Amino acid sequence: MSDALLEVKDLKTYFFVEDKIIKSVDGVNFTIKNGETVAIVGESGSGKSITSLSIMGLVPKPNGKIVEGSIKFSGDELVGLPEKKMNKIRGNDIAMIFQEPMTSLNPVFTIGNQITEALLHHQNLKKSEAKKRAVELLKLVGFARAEQIIHEYPHQLSGGMRQRVMIAMAMSCDPKLLIADEPTTALDVTIQAQILELMRDVKKKFNSSILLITHDLGVVAEMADRVLVMYGGQVVEETSVDEIFEKPKHPYTSGLLASIPKIEEERKRLEQIPGTVPSADNFPRGCRFAPRCSKVMPRCTDAPPDLLKVEPDHKVRCYLYELS
Amino acid sequence: MYTYILRRLFLFIPVLFGVTVFVFLVMNIIPGDIASIILGTEATPELKEQLRQEFGLNLPLYQQYWNWISGVFVGDFGNSLRTGAPILPEMLNRFSLTFELTIFAAIISWMIAIPMGILAAVKRNTKGDIGIRFVSLLGVSIPNFALATLLILILSLFFNYYPPVGYVGFLEDPRRNLEILLIPAIVLGTSMAGSLMRMTRSSILEILGQDFIRTAQAKGISQKMVLFKHALRNAIIPVLTIIGMQIGYLLGGTIIVEQIFSLPGLGQMVLTGINQRDFPVVQGTILFIATIFVTVNLIVDILYSYLDPRISYD
Ligand SMILES: Nc1ncnc2c1ncn2[C@@H]1O[C@H](COP(=O)(O)OP(=O)(O)O)[C@@H](O)[C@H]1O
Ligand code: SF4
Ligand SMILES: [Mg+2]
Repeated sequence: MSDALLEVKDLKTYFFVEDKIIKSVDGVNFTIKNGETVAIVGESGSGKSITSLSIMGLVPKPNGKIVEGSIKFSGDELVGLPEKKMNKIRGNDIAMIFQEPMTSLNPVFTIGNQITEALLHHQNLKKSEAKKRAVELLKLVGFARAEQIIHEYPHQLSGGMRQRVMIAMAMSCDPKLLIADEPTTALDVTIQAQILELMRDVKKKFNSSILLITHDLGVVAEMADRVLVMYGGQVVEETSVDEIFEKPKHPYTSGLLASIPKIEEERKRLEQIPGTVPSADNFPRGCRFAPRCSKVMPRCTDAPPDLLKVEPDHKVRCYLYELS
Repeated sequence: MYTYILRRLFLFIPVLFGVTVFVFLVMNIIPGDIASIILGTEATPELKEQLRQEFGLNLPLYQQYWNWISGVFVGDFGNSLRTGAPILPEMLNRFSLTFELTIFAAIISWMIAIPMGILAAVKRNTKGDIGIRFVSLLGVSIPNFALATLLILILSLFFNYYPPVGYVGFLEDPRRNLEILLIPAIVLGTSMAGSLMRMTRSSILEILGQDFIRTAQAKGISQKMVLFKHALRNAIIPVLTIIGMQIGYLLGGTIIVEQIFSLPGLGQMVLTGINQRDFPVVQGTILFIATIFVTVNLIVDILYSYLDPRISYD
């Protein structure tokens, strides 16, 4: 386990709103190794973003709180770390890019100002050096006229360009871990492909690990080494990317796979998983997927199943694979 | 940008023309005339007629208006019918007081409202926030005259303060001048602070919920930098609108506060002018105030484009 970069154990992040407890992340475990790309997939509302924000220490205040669990980064505990120390890690060792490139950059500061900000903060560079570095980074993410771009404002760039800027900004301090929360969801299909390619590129150059969050299994297939499937604030399946596409075990994963459009099977009606994600303040008593599961059994609604290792590199949370 | 400013300046003409015509008509509709006011109890129809003749009040309306506006074009605002004194110098003189009072009051209001607004936003829904919001609600709802009288009462009871008699210009005696203006400025400043604080609070709160704030936090910069660099620069843009409006209003004179503190400001001049149906005074001062108002608006719009790169007037 010495090559584990990030170890998340029993993470529980809840929101306390009025008299409700919203269990957005409810006992999540996973590990990211050095150089690995791990994807978290799941429908909207399954707790992916809150998991990533928990790692960043940016759970929305004042309602949200990590109530339990541990997040170890390079062996150091992040949960409960004072803000000052966390600020030395954020943007420096762990960087993050977000879903909405259109609104994720500050409209009143130049691109150059926003890229150099982390450099100046973390790396003690002089202004001129930081500026030089910003230009290099922008070239690296594909801006031919980087020298001009640093003087421009976000509104002068397209969504795809802004996401490139976000990537340049995130990579500025050479982070060990890049968290990308749905980095291509808001973009056109052709731009999506370009951004994914850029991320692969950047990952190779910087030799960093990536935690990629997406609801798109197509993106997973292109990018990830390993996959976590999340549902109702929990991991329901975890395995390698090959396994997940060839031998999915959890009925939810099979449902997700059945709903990706395939080019070969022209215009066949997509199978959708019936029903919706349960709301995080009121989960079913047993298996959280039971109300939507086509394979539901009597015991499924009694008590929740555990995430169990069913093969050397395959964990699943489902009674179908648990011997009673 | 320069063509934009020129275009806006050009637009001043119809606006100001409209204002003067409107005021002119209103002054002619309201009952009472300067002749009977000047003559008072001695008024006889003959004497009144003679005065009206002298002031040109019997000319057709368009003729009267033309006589007045053609003077304005060459910088002659005419003389007060009541005192015979030229209007422009008095107006400028009074404006210097009003201007000083406005700046003084504005600075007081910013010093209260902006830090309090930021604090309330950052500490939202805590006791501190609720307290600040309550006080600002008071500030918004207590009328100026009540606050002024209350303040005078309290200060005179406990600090031997009395509203000054006679005004001293800043250049004559700066110390005395500031002493005279301090209390009126506090009254105006605190009453402006209420709405300004509410605007600052809601504006900061809105910005703090934006995605780019999370981006800034994700860079690991301090909470202070996130607030004062990323949030404030954005939040100040809508706050500027309120500031511009408040300054515009104050520069037009503050009739009530000037009355209470017997300050010879612009507001007082308008009020006396109206009461005495001294139409060149009213026309002149209102044109002057309207000009200031549209100019302040223009300045605010220009500031917008400096603060917000998305706004471009080209
Ligand atoms: N600020 C918040 N306050 C209350 N509940 C929240 C908040 N943010 C997220 N949640 C809840 O947490 C759950 C998981 O959200 P999220 O992690 O954003 O899902 P995903 O990223 O997988 O779409 C959802 O049920 C959502 O309603
Ligand atoms: S535990 Fe039961 S309900 Fe849940 S996924 Fe497995 S079969 Fe379906
Ligand atoms: Mg999300």
